[in-house]
Amino acid sequence: MKNLVRFFLVIAVSSALILIAISSLNSSQGYSGGNTLTVYNWGDYIDPALIKKFEKETGIKVIYETFDSNEAMMTKIQQGGTTYDVAVPSEYTIDKMRHENLLIPLDYTKLPNLKNIDKRFMDLPFDPDNQYSVPYFWGTVGIVYNPSKLNGKKITSWNDLWAPDLKNEILLIDGAREVMGMGLNSLGYSLNDTNKEHLLEAKNKLDTLTPNVKAIVGDEIKMLMANEEASIGLVWSGDASEIMSENEHLDYVVPKEGSNLWFDNMVIPKTAKNIDGAQKFINFMLDPKVAAQNTEYVGYSTPNKAALKFLPKDVVNDKRFYPSPELTKKLEVYENLGKKNLAYYNELFLQFKMHRK
Amino acid sequence: MDRKLTGNLFKIPYYLWIILFVVGPILLVLYYSFFDIEGHFSLTNYQKFFTPVYLKMTFSSFWYAFLITAITLLISYPVAYLLTKTKHKQLWLLLIIVPSWINLLLKAYAFLGIFGTYGAANSFLKIIGIGQKQILFTDFSFVFVSVYIFIPFMILPIFNALDELNPALIDAANDLGASKWTTFRRVIFPLTIDGVKSGCQVTFIPALSLFMLTRLIAGNRVITLGTAIEQHFLVTQDWGMGSTIAVFLIIAMFLIMVMTNTRKRGV
Repeated sequence: MKNLVRFFLVIAVSSALILIAISSLNSSQGYSGGNTLTVYNWGDYIDPALIKKFEKETGIKVIYETFDSNEAMMTKIQQGGTTYDVAVPSEYTIDKMRHENLLIPLDYTKLPNLKNIDKRFMDLPFDPDNQYSVPYFWGTVGIVYNPSKLNGKKITSWNDLWAPDLKNEILLIDGAREVMGMGLNSLGYSLNDTNKEHLLEAKNKLDTLTPNVKAIVGDEIKMLMANEEASIGLVWSGDASEIMSENEHLDYVVPKEGSNLWFDNMVIPKTAKNIDGAQKFINFMLDPKVAAQNTEYVGYSTPNKAALKFLPKDVVNDKRFYPSPELTKKLEVYENLGKKNLAYYNELFLQFKMHRK
Repeated sequence: MDRKLTGNLFKIPYYLWIILFVVGPILLVLYYSFFDIEGHFSLTNYQKFFTPVYLKMTFSSFWYAFLITAITLLISYPVAYLLTKTKHKQLWLLLIIVPSWINLLLKAYAFLGIFGTYGAANSFLKIIGIGQKQILFTDFSFVFVSVYIFIPFMILPIFNALDELNPALIDAANDLGASKWTTFRRVIFPLTIDGVKSGCQVTFIPALSLFMLTRLIAGNRVITLGTAIEQHFLVTQDWGMGSTIAVFLIIAMFLIMVMTNTRKRGV
């Protein structure tokens, strides 16, 4: 009994000490003042030096918090409680948040740097007229592959994956839209197709891919591909650039039939308290030099046209991450298909997962 | 009178807990299971459950849970028996239990490394001349890791039952001329059956709804009801269908509890 009391006492005292340490550290860095800005972003998705620069220029203290899925982020914003001033959701989540009134419209007079953004990436269906959001990074869905393990064979199209000599060589990301999209694209259908016959056809085609599929995994795909666990992976371009920086044998391709085009955009959620600061932050991130520096750090594709000239030539001319205009035309942004269609996509995806070799 | 009142007062937190965290959630799950994806009251979810897709999923959940429980029991019973014979049995028991203090997710990630194409397991297979094999993302790795995770939970109740066994009974069996096998079959095993039952219970029930391992270790090549519930709640946001599967899972768990109930045995 005495031991138990002592045990709890030690835990309580050490927790209290840690709490005191945190609050004293925070106040010594000036976090307690009123002029703070809470940025809610994906992990490791900004150059920390830029946050320092923004703080120096504006005198606003930035509190940087991270999330690892759109759903988790949206739930936190729905619940309120924490004041997030700027968030960076993906396009389909922006559409949902817009419809659930979780966003505050942007004030264009305070965002002069918006002119730097490539017109191609503005006024898209998930946010018409960019009323609520500004592109932060963009990318594609494609195939990361290991030419040395494929005897120098090149992958250029979705249909290449169905080759019989690729038994057990493919890892797929665990996403219904991505995998079903691959099936649809390989048949020449749209990624946003809702025709049940087309979807069933795509699912049946995917079933024939089963012998080549080694596994359907989540975020571990980055580690598994870098460790050469398989020679082909279906991934987002952002993950691909991360994988390729860890293992330089790998290459990335956006299949010629077309694929998905995704966006992570900056928004001001309903929870914002420092709206003025949020506008300043968004405008700061749109500055060409800042965007270029951020792009070099993060390694994703920037939508900032003016920033391209501040980036190294081999980055900008890399067709894998800045695809040619004719390929870009074939890329589609996911539309919000509604719950019912999404459920059908998931139902078919579940059936595909259950299809055994 | 007074005493009765305070006695009832003490019961309040207990009942509150049961209502808020046991009865309430189950009723909510039941309630949600009657709504289709568009929020209309209907029985479509139940109709959908009795289609080949979900029945196959139910079957595979039960099959893998059975495999995992059976193998875990086969390993755990002899281990528990040997443990009771060792000198420092509490120390050995502790060593077996320590791994269960480590988070399941961390252990799963460790197995990704061990079982990978260039992992320790494959290096070993190469050295002994069998050559590289695909271990990760197979039925074998899924069952192996699950068994590894459940072993401590199976050993503990069996060990306790064996430890409480009166050694005089075994001596008596020997004196009466029973062979070692007969002693085990007729004396030791029947007297420790309660430990075996509760061990199977704490293995089979969680094994039915394993979902994280199905993705990490089996690469979604094994789909259980747990996987489907996770997907319906987090991705599709079809809470109705997710709840319907959960209802069937709760019924299955309840039936297993009744079947392995240790208390109502006659003398």
